[in-house]
Amino acid sequence: MNTLIRPAVSIFVLLSLLTGALYPLAVTGIARVLFPEQARGSLIFEEGRPVGSTLIGQSFTDPNDFWGRPSATAGGPYNGAASGGSNLGPLNPTLVEAVQGRIAALKAANPDHHLPIPGDLVQASASGLDPHISPAAAAYQVARVASRRGLDPKQVEALVQAHTQGSDFGLFGAPRVNVLALNRALDLLAPVEPSTP
Amino acid sequence: MTLHAWQLLGIYLAVLLLAAVPLGRYLADLVEGRAGLTRRLGGGVEAAIYRLCGVNQDEEMDWLRYALAILAFNALGAVSVYALQRWQVWLPLNPQQLANISPDSAFNTAVSFATNTNWQGYTGESTMSYLTQMLGLTVQNFLSAATGIAVAVALMRGFARHTSATIGNAWVDLTRVTLYLLLPLALLSAVFLASQGVIQNLDAYQTIATLETAVSEATSGTQTLPMGPVASQEAIKMLGTNGGGFFNANSAHPYENPTPLTNFVEMLSIFLIPAALCLTFGRIVGDRRQGWAVLAAMTLLFVVMAVAAMSVEQQGNPLLSALGVDLSGGNLEGKETRFGSADSALFATITTLASCGAVNSMHDSFTPLGGLVTLWNMMLGEVVFGGVGSGLYGMLVFAVMAVFLAGLMIGRTPEYLGKKIEAHDIKMVSLAILVTPLLVLLGTAIAVLVPAGVAGIANPGAHGFSEILYAFTSAANNNGSAFAGLSANTPFYNTLLGIVMWLGRFGVIVPVLALAGHLAAKKRLAASAGTLPTHGPLFVLLLMGTVVLVGALNYVPALALGPVVEHLMLQSAR
Repeated sequence: MNTLIRPAVSIFVLLSLLTGALYPLAVTGIARVLFPEQARGSLIFEEGRPVGSTLIGQSFTDPNDFWGRPSATAGGPYNGAASGGSNLGPLNPTLVEAVQGRIAALKAANPDHHLPIPGDLVQASASGLDPHISPAAAAYQVARVASRRGLDPKQVEALVQAHTQGSDFGLFGAPRVNVLALNRALDLLAPVEPSTP
Repeated sequence: MTLHAWQLLGIYLAVLLLAAVPLGRYLADLVEGRAGLTRRLGGGVEAAIYRLCGVNQDEEMDWLRYALAILAFNALGAVSVYALQRWQVWLPLNPQQLANISPDSAFNTAVSFATNTNWQGYTGESTMSYLTQMLGLTVQNFLSAATGIAVAVALMRGFARHTSATIGNAWVDLTRVTLYLLLPLALLSAVFLASQGVIQNLDAYQTIATLETAVSEATSGTQTLPMGPVASQEAIKMLGTNGGGFFNANSAHPYENPTPLTNFVEMLSIFLIPAALCLTFGRIVGDRRQGWAVLAAMTLLFVVMAVAAMSVEQQGNPLLSALGVDLSGGNLEGKETRFGSADSALFATITTLASCGAVNSMHDSFTPLGGLVTLWNMMLGEVVFGGVGSGLYGMLVFAVMAVFLAGLMIGRTPEYLGKKIEAHDIKMVSLAILVTPLLVLLGTAIAVLVPAGVAGIANPGAHGFSEILYAFTSAANNNGSAFAGLSANTPFYNTLLGIVMWLGRFGVIVPVLALAGHLAAKKRLAASAGTLPTHGPLFVLLLMGTVVLVGALNYVPALALGPVVEHLMLQSAR
């Protein structure tokens, strides 16, 4: 038995230390030196305080801002401590009701046009933290944001253009707009008075 | 299917096959002890390990000894993961002070990671300390993968050797695969992922002030950003076809899979070693065409499933288009904008065929036919590429079954690779093939009959049944993905699924090793006029047919009750 148990225990302990301590610590060290910003979460700092990450979406409900994907995270939308999707099946009445509610909110906030509603604006993301919307979803909101902020729609359109990213190498993934980055740029261009408490 | 989807699939296949060829050659050199350069680099470490552990690397094992070594090694792994979870609050590297985990959940997770399943009943970011993630889960990501490869290599030796009593040394195989294959590949991939934005640190979670403050009452103007050593785990999670996410959202989380490029690399990592192992097999049995034939059968089945999944997900949910929603982007419920429906459906196909179980989209919200594809992929037995090692040994079991069926049809004694297939071999093959359907169907039947099982259902109707069927299919085939609406973190599911995962893994490994032992002991026959050639298109078709037929016969009734009914209802509801 000793010829089985001794190698089993000792090989397990040694390989554990190698793959569970040495390896992750080595990657941590390499990443900290070579890619310090990415390794710590691609954080955005303002006056030394972290105010977001370029990779993690935030909840936007103010009509002055572009809105992101619906988020189904537990304990409120865009809860970074509980990522996840709605897991609603396609036939589930709860899904249809949720989508109807989102359509109503979008139509109420954007009364002036009757384009079909971009699918990503009414269907919840997988992580609940999706930082992006499709270019069509941004275009849908340009008129509203421009009029609320007293800007020329062309100006806002140009800003959306500047924040639109194509699919990677034209081959992978889908074109997208980073909502947090877009709204931060909007705030620089035309700050909103904090009139509503 | 869109042009983008076709291009994506084409590039994926091209890069995969290009990468598999050299890796397959390297792996063959490695397991036969011929890999010169790496052995020179790591030879000192390897020799030191054997010295410390009292292993004589020239001493070979018979199949029973090999199986006992594998079982003992994996049982130790499960015990270690269990202990780390139960004591994590008293151990270091727990900046969030996450509590100790309940016995049933800890049992489930320990078995899950030791069996390469990586089913997750828990929410990573609010449950597991950094120490548990690193020293428990990351370790098992390596060692369960090494286990699968070692068993596959033992089976290859069974075919390649003749009149031999032994099939290799399990300690040497496990150590070499970990040191010279998994660690270097994982290191490379982890550094690349970190460069793209996958986080890698040991900091406490960050609390940030969000841009909208006054109006977003739900979040009260702050957001918690989880941190952790993610890239190191993400890399081996894909390469070892493990699939257990650092975070609850798995590879949909931007900190695990930030860009479409990382998504492509992660998809590639899943199939890389399983594809290479086919070619390794060809080299070890001394006829490379044999490896290509197996790889061809896998590739053809994969392409069919990928095209099916990408096409149906692109069509979207008809109930939503009836509401005036533009569905040109496909079904986007439970999908990320940066991936879109095509890259998500391709990922879903790969991860379910490969027994990986990582997800970049929520399979529970797929269209009924999209969900059907993911279920069916697992039901094929995880042999189309499959898990690292387990995919190949599973497919070789089907290959023996295929030559046996062909032998029955033409009335000759079946043989494969010069080995006569006899009653004992077919018994082991049947055992290996039948153990998973038995676990899936019995488990599902129990769960739908008891209140504790039905209580977990999230979606009404046929979809609720699919959630339970998916859970047991995933557990028994060691996949690990889920129709995640199912509330499975309960004593009932944690216990039952834990047992199913263990039996689904080792209930196959032990007969496979027994088969390997008996094959190695046989004499090698020269091919005669009556030998069925196993390297041509005819055999590829026969092999595909066997895999599909066995999958179909076992599961069609269960599938009819779940996704098929749901599809018909969705079509009539619009």
